[in-house]
Amino acid sequence: MVSPLNRKLLRDLWRIKGQATAIGVVIGVGVMLLVMMTGLTASLTETRDAYYDRYRLADIFAPASRAPERLTTRLAAIPGVAAVQSRVQGRALIDIPGQVLPVQAQAVSLPDRGRPAINDVYLTDGRLPASGRPDEILLLQSFALAHGLHPGDQLNATMNGARRSFDVVGLAQSPEFLYTTAPGELIPDDARFGVIWMSRSGLAAAYDMNGAFNEVLLSLTRGANLEATLTAVDRLLDPYGGFGAYARADQTSNRFVTEEISGLVAAAIGVPPIFLLVAAFLLYIVIGRIVQSERGQIGLMKAFGYTDGELGAHYSKLILAIALGGALAGCLAGIAAGRALVGVYTDYFKFPFLVFQLEPSSFLLGIAVSLLAASAGGFMVLRQVFGLLPAAAMRPPTPPDFSRAGHLSGALGRILDQPSRMVLRRITRQPGRMAASMLGIALGMALSVAMITIYAGFDRTIDLSFSVVDRSDVRVGFTHPVSTKTLFELDRLPGVVRVEATRTVPAVMSNGLHTYRGGLIGIPAGAELSRAIDRELEPILLPPRGVVLSSALARILDVEIGDVLDVDVREGRQPVLQLAVAGIAETLLGSPAFMSLEGMNRALGDTRRVSGAYLMIDQAYADDIYMALQNMPTVAGVSLKSQARDAFVTLMNTGAGAIRYVMGAIAFIITFGIVYNAARIAYAERARDLASLRVIGFTRAETAFVLLGELAVVTLVALPVGAVLGYYLSFGIAAGFSTDLYQIPAIFDGPSHGQAALVVMAAAIVSGLLVKRDLDRSDLIEVLKTRE
Amino acid sequence: MNVGKPIAFRTRGLTKTYGEGRSTVHALRGVDLDIPQGEIVVLLGPSGSGKSTLLNIVGGLDSATQGTAHFLDQCLTEMSSSALTRYRRQHVGFVFQFYNLMPSLTARENVELVTEIASDPMDPDDALALVGLRERTDHFPAQMSGGEQQRVAIARAVAKQPDVLFCDEPTGALDSATGRTVLSVLRDVNEKLGSTVLVVTHNANTAAMADRVIHFADGNIREVIENNSKLDPAAIEW
Repeated sequence: MVSPLNRKLLRDLWRIKGQATAIGVVIGVGVMLLVMMTGLTASLTETRDAYYDRYRLADIFAPASRAPERLTTRLAAIPGVAAVQSRVQGRALIDIPGQVLPVQAQAVSLPDRGRPAINDVYLTDGRLPASGRPDEILLLQSFALAHGLHPGDQLNATMNGARRSFDVVGLAQSPEFLYTTAPGELIPDDARFGVIWMSRSGLAAAYDMNGAFNEVLLSLTRGANLEATLTAVDRLLDPYGGFGAYARADQTSNRFVTEEISGLVAAAIGVPPIFLLVAAFLLYIVIGRIVQSERGQIGLMKAFGYTDGELGAHYSKLILAIALGGALAGCLAGIAAGRALVGVYTDYFKFPFLVFQLEPSSFLLGIAVSLLAASAGGFMVLRQVFGLLPAAAMRPPTPPDFSRAGHLSGALGRILDQPSRMVLRRITRQPGRMAASMLGIALGMALSVAMITIYAGFDRTIDLSFSVVDRSDVRVGFTHPVSTKTLFELDRLPGVVRVEATRTVPAVMSNGLHTYRGGLIGIPAGAELSRAIDRELEPILLPPRGVVLSSALARILDVEIGDVLDVDVREGRQPVLQLAVAGIAETLLGSPAFMSLEGMNRALGDTRRVSGAYLMIDQAYADDIYMALQNMPTVAGVSLKSQARDAFVTLMNTGAGAIRYVMGAIAFIITFGIVYNAARIAYAERARDLASLRVIGFTRAETAFVLLGELAVVTLVALPVGAVLGYYLSFGIAAGFSTDLYQIPAIFDGPSHGQAALVVMAAAIVSGLLVKRDLDRSDLIEVLKTRE
Repeated sequence: MNVGKPIAFRTRGLTKTYGEGRSTVHALRGVDLDIPQGEIVVLLGPSGSGKSTLLNIVGGLDSATQGTAHFLDQCLTEMSSSALTRYRRQHVGFVFQFYNLMPSLTARENVELVTEIASDPMDPDDALALVGLRERTDHFPAQMSGGEQQRVAIARAVAKQPDVLFCDEPTGALDSATGRTVLSVLRDVNEKLGSTVLVVTHNANTAAMADRVIHFADGNIREVIENNSKLDPAAIEW
């Protein structure tokens, strides 16, 4: 038997179903985002770790020039080393039919027999190269897909200067090559860098590595001392041209994957709470208003003899039903959305399988926040209502007192008609309610502003990186640091307008405990094609000594101008330099460190060496120039800025950055929910007045003006407030989207604010129309009979 | 029937049902009624007898299920929703049991709310003077007693100089002294403006001030009494 109070509860819920749904959706969407993001990041982290584990990704990578195979026994004897796998690897150029520019690739050896002990491959198609067949290769699946290559195809590649023909026998993925980036480039691109696996003996023959290796992989036992092991490995490899062993954390592919996941983690930590807080605030306001409107009924029930406790419990159930319903729906939707997104990201990260993981804590947090906000809103009002005498409900309703709203005299009084006065007085007389509605809509505006500004921030990052910092058309990489004379050869090519040298050397930069493995970029004086720029987008004059860090790198290393960095160069004689930080550059792509080219060569003890060049070309000669570059023996690779830019856009639109669209959609739903709720509340509170207007002969449009005029004024006031809030909010959200690979700036962007304002106004118009529809359908007689 | 007066309202077979099938409720069961212009007509009857439903239909607030209702030569039962709005706007004044004033407007502004949209309105101050509230024009509803609020509502209803004034339980929420004052105002409006006044009430004593009393029961007219010895509202027993 359902008690009368519970029946009332169900009927009340049914009666306010529109409003209850609108509130439930807002809180549900906030919870959904939280559950979705935490589930997504937990799943991706678990999946990555499981993939690394099953395919035995190395803990330590140690490249060298040429080390004898017997050295592996000594490496295996290092304390903490669990397994050792030596291999041969080298640079290659793959000819792609129909393409002038060859594609750079890395050739990696597989053991002649059996699977690699470390860094195994995951065969997706075909088979492994047969033993004793040096012409059979595996291709990286993503690269093969990008060029339409399949097992059974033939491929020409240049290795160590010799052009050879290969049979593709299989496609593979590897945890080592989830992301592939051409040397000297920042942005991964499946199409522009390939990986070839072939037999150890075959590759050793090609690179003159018989009985030797040029890279060794190590896995460590649990609890092994990483730093000590790295040092020990370096000591052993040093006589054989070791380039410095590095840990998995510094491995390029893993670094990108980890960065992308931490981008999502940062977004998961930073953004959903903001959304949830906005939703919670709305819940607080709306629940308060709903309970307020029940005032008369509460007084009546008290007159019947219901206690405050019984009534409190009754209304708590109403509140909790809405909040809990929304939160639970949000949890379910979050699980579903998280699952769908994990699928998308699994493909994106090229994980061969998926470990789906839920974060129960996010459910609890979401539900707790919803309940807390709803209870706070409800109980604030209930406390007031408990003070109400039952008799108050028995009398005709006392009209709300507008006597302090002021008499509108003078010019204003003559201009305003009565409906306008009603709008204006309600706003001035009930400033608390209006401020709450205004703040709610302002928060919606702030969310929209922040999200749209983030979109503009991504565009800014692309624009700054590819139009302001890098103004070249083509970037040429040399096989090794060459003399500046090579630049004259480039300059002589017909169609080349300008040539600028650059030199990149790998280095480990450290400041105390903060270290970063990256590159030092040397830029010649007066460079125009690739520059270091300051916050005002003016080129920075690089000092003859010292280093200019990107703001991201300065943050990573925790240094300021004037601090001195230890720079452990991992090329040539591998000197360790002490460089003062001479400036901070504004870059949004990567975390580079700039030096003057002359200063760099001096510090390295080289004269006039360059590792690459930026070209500005006449596009009419493009193909001729590519052809000429291909035939220059010192040119290792050529990349077009347009391709790099496309790859970057793809990266931002498919990787961690893509989540911005999901979040944007959610922000718009919340914004709409807030505005719609504001309109519904205004309508609920004024239904009787509005029906009275209709009865005395006001048309629908005239009546709607009284209701929607208020909504319009509140919305218009909310827009500038929301714009300011949104500006500050965008800093938090921008930080959430920035990764080690690229930074998203929080900017003040006029068009974004305009678009957000349009979104809010559109939401207000649609909400207004929806409420007006209800107003048009309202039963005039019914409203006149009810007292409140 | 007073043959000399033109008919303001004429209903034929006016029927109103709610719901369907076995749960059908007959609010009006084929009401035939003629109300002459310029009279004070009191509709009496127990709750659910159909008097308010009749008032709602001829007031342009509700539709009929069957039958016709005319105001002068206009057929109300065939009007569109916007035509009904025009009808209420141009011809009808309403007074409700719970006043239905706009709390955010002063007494004068509540009256102006109607005079702004009427074609030939009175001066709002004159309308308020008519109900004896000339001194309280700048007060908000919250600053007035129930009787004063009801008189503002009447002023608002009469300010457009309506052809017909509908009052649904106008004294239902008032004490006797205030109730008499309000009824006197209705009588004054009828005499000074010539408006037809329809009053729905539970209070049988109100009938003493009417030209015509219509008794309702079970959705139909039980009895129509022409009153040739009208009392002054001030003399009505409460």
